[in-house]
Amino acid sequence: MTLTLENITKTVGGETHIDDVSMTLEPGSFNVLLGRTLAGKTSLMRMMAGLEPPTSGRILVNDADVTGMAVQKRNVAMVYQQFINYPSMNVYDNIASPLKLQGVDKAEIEKRVRETAELMHIEHLLDRLPQELSGGQQQRTAMARAMVKDCTLLLLDEPLVNLDYKLREELREEIPNLLAKRDTIVVYATTEPMEALLLGGKCAVMHEGRVTQFGPTTEVYHNPAYVETGLIFSDPPINLLKAEVRDGALYLASGHQVSLSGHLADLGNGNYTVGVRANHLSVEQENAQCVAMQGQVELAEITGSETFVHVHFNDVSWVIQEEGVHNPRLGEATTFYLDPNRLFAYDADDRLVAAPPSEIQNGKAA
Amino acid sequence: MNKITNNKAWFLVLPVFFIVAISAIIPLMTVVNYSVQDIFDPQTRFFVGTEWFEQVLGDRRLHDALIRQIVYTMSVLLIEVPLGIAVALTLPRKGWGVSASMVLLALPLLIPWNVVGTIWQIFGRADIGLGGYVINMLGIDYNYSQNPMDAWVTVLVMDVWHWTSLIVLLCYAGLRSIPDAYYQAAKIDGASNWAVFRFIQLPKMQSVLVIGVLLRFMDSFMIYTEPFVLTGGGPGTATTFLSQFLVTIAVGQFDLGPAAAFSLIYFLIILLVCWVFYTVVMNAGKREEQ
Repeated sequence: MTLTLENITKTVGGETHIDDVSMTLEPGSFNVLLGRTLAGKTSLMRMMAGLEPPTSGRILVNDADVTGMAVQKRNVAMVYQQFINYPSMNVYDNIASPLKLQGVDKAEIEKRVRETAELMHIEHLLDRLPQELSGGQQQRTAMARAMVKDCTLLLLDEPLVNLDYKLREELREEIPNLLAKRDTIVVYATTEPMEALLLGGKCAVMHEGRVTQFGPTTEVYHNPAYVETGLIFSDPPINLLKAEVRDGALYLASGHQVSLSGHLADLGNGNYTVGVRANHLSVEQENAQCVAMQGQVELAEITGSETFVHVHFNDVSWVIQEEGVHNPRLGEATTFYLDPNRLFAYDADDRLVAAPPSEIQNGKAA
Repeated sequence: MNKITNNKAWFLVLPVFFIVAISAIIPLMTVVNYSVQDIFDPQTRFFVGTEWFEQVLGDRRLHDALIRQIVYTMSVLLIEVPLGIAVALTLPRKGWGVSASMVLLALPLLIPWNVVGTIWQIFGRADIGLGGYVINMLGIDYNYSQNPMDAWVTVLVMDVWHWTSLIVLLCYAGLRSIPDAYYQAAKIDGASNWAVFRFIQLPKMQSVLVIGVLLRFMDSFMIYTEPFVLTGGGPGTATTFLSQFLVTIAVGQFDLGPAAAFSLIYFLIILLVCWVFYTVVMNAGKREEQ
């Protein structure tokens, strides 16, 4: 089936939760809703499911209007951030519950429950109660319950948030495979850019109730259409700086001058905001075009194999992602290099006007 | 193996020991003292062994009071628990109605026992009480001071009026702690209201319900004030529950020996019941944790 949202708006008590959203979800597609907390991801999913009606706009399934149709008649399934299972039923009965309510016969239920449980690697836990399971196993049960009934729309609302790091990675890797062979439309909400990239498929970036961009995930990542999109779809958020084009060159607010070549060649005179991702900054000069910039070290976050150095200059804070573990002294002046070939340029209305070609974004050096 | 001993611990336990001794152990030992002796005055006392216990345990009046007590407590639980759950389910979940109903429900809980007794004693009177007058006007012959059944029912209604709110508040707290996502998930499955109650609300209320039942059991098992104010345990012995019976022996007849023996038996019954409930609660808690 194809799910189409037409100008969906939702206002609750005078507050706009969803603002004029239109999008089409293809059969069998994997769609990631990426946005910060309170961006409207859950509200949008609830309307896709039919748990609540939109204030205005239409929802179509294969061109048939289902806007007012009750959720029970829509054949949808939803997995939540909390681990939702019937507390007094064991895992088997939990997974079987949607089928029982549909009136599927016993032998068929048994077969499908065992198949799904095996897929989710919980076949050895069928006799247990939800309280006797770990968080990961509880969420696997909830997902099995959602997957067992061959729904046409599967909604996953930040399903991995409450799991610990290790379990999250494990399930995150499995999810696209588990759902690949199905004809179901999957919608997956998350706040994490990394998760969106790992899951692939298509990505809709949400900000303050609007879908600001919708397209193949990598394409959206390489061409974040608005400054906000860049901030949402980068971890750490993209580094920004005011700039101006005049006399055939780009002048950064920090006083540095960049020549207009490559993807920046077509920029006309005017004010811009330039952005650069943390992993595109370097402490080494990688080519002759690189601009040397100075700043004060504010903070250094060390993860396993990388160090995120926060530097302060001209009233802005930038984050530089360095390979390896470094321990720069706080307050110390440091020099880092900006490669103009990797700059995103946004116009005065915060719209993307120039993005580096994706080969350059993917490669470490230009 | 060398154990490190530190006698300072004894010193730290001492205050607790004193408080427990003064508040519980010494008074209890006084009762034990009375229960095994026949005391006429401080100088004239005889050790009687288990004689008082035998006398009390063989007393038909005690048997009757115990049966009356068990039937009463069971009735209280059978009415208050389902009623409390039902009321909790119908309470509003948001809006101004929440605080309004909370205040209304908390009101009976704030009223002292003897005041509750007095309220219903007057309310139930056929001549000047609104309730009693209306019931008699409807053609039902109602008089709690003469008809044992009427007195019994009045005490029961009094307790239901006084304490159902407690169960309601506990259940309401339990219901409020259920995330909205559970109801949504059930809705998506197409579960009926009964299934939502049976498989989501009831299991989620289990732990508060156990506490509610425990509190109501203990409290109703020790009921004294309401029947005392209403009819003083009458008419006849209709509302003479264990506490009334104990006071009749101890204060009315001044039989301190049998009264002390009976106090200990009464205490042991409540202790046993508490222990059983405590075990149940702890097991329920353990299952929750996993």
